[in-house]
Amino acid sequence: MTDTPLPAPGRRFRFERHASTILLLAAVTIYIALIVIMGQTRFLTLDNLVAILGRSITLGITAIGQTFAILVASIDLSVASLISAAAVVTSVVMNGDPAMMLPAVLAVLALGVVVGLVNGLVITKLEVNPLIATLGMSLIIQGVLSYYYNNFAGNVPVEFQIFAYGSVGIVPFSLVFMFVLAGCAWFVLRFTRFGSDVYSVGGNRDAARLAGIKTDRVAIGAHMICSLCAAIAGIYLASRLRSGAPWIGAEGVYDLESIAVVVIGGTVLAGGRGGIWGTIAGVIIFSLIDSIFNVAGVDAFVKQVLRGIIIVAAVAFYAARSKRPVA
Amino acid sequence: MSAQSLPHIAATQRRLFKINPVYLLVVALILAIVVMNPAFGEPTGYMNYLKRVTALAILSGGALYVIVSGGFDLSVGSMMTLTVIGSSMLASNDPNSTYWIIPLMLGMGLIVGLINGLVVSYLKVPSLIATLGMMITLNGVAFMWSGGAPRGYLPDTFRFFGRYNITDIPVISLLPVAVICLVVFGVILWWGMHRTNFGRMLHAVGDNQQAARLAGVPVERVRISAFVISSLTAVLAGVILGGRAGVSVNIGSGFELQAITAAVIGGAQLLGGRGSVPATIAGALALEAIFTLLNLLGLAQPVRLVVQGLILIGAVAFATYQRKRAGR
Repeated sequence: MTDTPLPAPGRRFRFERHASTILLLAAVTIYIALIVIMGQTRFLTLDNLVAILGRSITLGITAIGQTFAILVASIDLSVASLISAAAVVTSVVMNGDPAMMLPAVLAVLALGVVVGLVNGLVITKLEVNPLIATLGMSLIIQGVLSYYYNNFAGNVPVEFQIFAYGSVGIVPFSLVFMFVLAGCAWFVLRFTRFGSDVYSVGGNRDAARLAGIKTDRVAIGAHMICSLCAAIAGIYLASRLRSGAPWIGAEGVYDLESIAVVVIGGTVLAGGRGGIWGTIAGVIIFSLIDSIFNVAGVDAFVKQVLRGIIIVAAVAFYAARSKRPVA
Repeated sequence: MSAQSLPHIAATQRRLFKINPVYLLVVALILAIVVMNPAFGEPTGYMNYLKRVTALAILSGGALYVIVSGGFDLSVGSMMTLTVIGSSMLASNDPNSTYWIIPLMLGMGLIVGLINGLVVSYLKVPSLIATLGMMITLNGVAFMWSGGAPRGYLPDTFRFFGRYNITDIPVISLLPVAVICLVVFGVILWWGMHRTNFGRMLHAVGDNQQAARLAGVPVERVRISAFVISSLTAVLAGVILGGRAGVSVNIGSGFELQAITAAVIGGAQLLGGRGSVPATIAGALALEAIFTLLNLLGLAQPVRLVVQGLILIGAVAFATYQRKRAGR
């Protein structure tokens, strides 16, 4: 894993390009080795593979959005509280009534768009540091939410729970949905003008502006996509938990984890380089790590400690190679 | 770029003409509180307020070191939690244990700060991620240690710093030990930041790391020291907070953001190069005064979060606007 070939003249091995694949293979190897050593081969089934992936849908959807924010050299720390807010709004507006499914989803998506728009405007027009702007937004959302709700509120009709529990064969709808969303995001980044603008703005904002790109609009757009994805993740979580509560986003640490997953996937925190499939690889790595902990029977609190260490180590794994100064 | 880098005379002259607005803000807020609640003007009123603000004020003074050096330290809240939980677990109700527990906790803070600093300086992990990871880790350690629910309580000798009031003093009638701690550590932090070579190097590193390195500043050592100071003040803040409020599992959560907010209200520049300890402590006083006002107005706890978020964004936006107008 660490023995990267030296850069030979001519054909150079681009470590950064393959790092997420290497990490993914390493995680898979450790997982399989652990299962074989512990003699629990019953975990080595297709069903179990799908189950592992299915556990990280919320993180996956959030991370797809976070990729956009990080690619434009920004960051979004408000996703966790937005997920809580989206889940609560979903379940409160639906309140068990199947007829309210569409209005609820539309309301939550609108919420996502508004939050993203405000984040983007504050960051680009008021020139507030994105960390602080989204942190402040996170406090505001969390404050408003816990002012009105302090427990599970409303409930999601059975028809809507299909989003989380329904499946085609053994593959859950939500998993298909996540991969379709990732596909769309990949298409946008790879083939549209907005996508290439995102990379230019993240790579060098001044150069992008001089090249005639409306950098502010691109950054705002990226933030809207990010918040929209967090809102969708909240809808999914409400469907899975059958109700929303104001702490579910913070409890999942989705803000930090989505950033960590994006970085593990090879997207550079300074912006401009990276992509969606790396992020998806990162999500799978994370759920594999979780499964490894479960198979090995690690205590919940120890798991938390290890998680913090792994996140930092994974970021260090990339960052130590970059010559750029860090904040 | 910053006033501190100018020659001393020029700096003092400029400061005379330009008072940091945070001091006016504190005075205005306290007047508002006194008008709404005359009991606040009594020694018990304002001394209790100062007692409440001590932990945050010391914490934000330490956090300012990291901010001036150009980073963030989000692990301080969990360090406070760990201090309180760890102390209560170790003390096992023995009043004599305080004398070794507090040094031990400071040692732990030193190690945590060192790790933060080393990870940020040498592994080049952005401080936000590094300290967020540390925050998760320390919270996990605190849970592990206490098994999820804290047992035991803190002995009175430990709680002395946060809770005890010295009574029968002329004029002010009572003086909490916490307020003495605030003054002592405030002066130490002020001295370290504004009267030593280290403080000057800290500003230089935060302002322009490359230039500082070329000028011969040991950049890594300075940044690591900043993280160590921040963690140490977190332990001190934890001791005082634990003394005042007792043991609970999430006692320190949210303090990391309050510390950053206090520094920002005090005019510190995020991502480094500018900040003042007295103004930051005034920022902490202002923040606590705002919370007190919200309480007096009968607004519920969650409103605090909203207000804090608005202040955070507003203060940074205001600072950016001012800088742009000044053409810097």
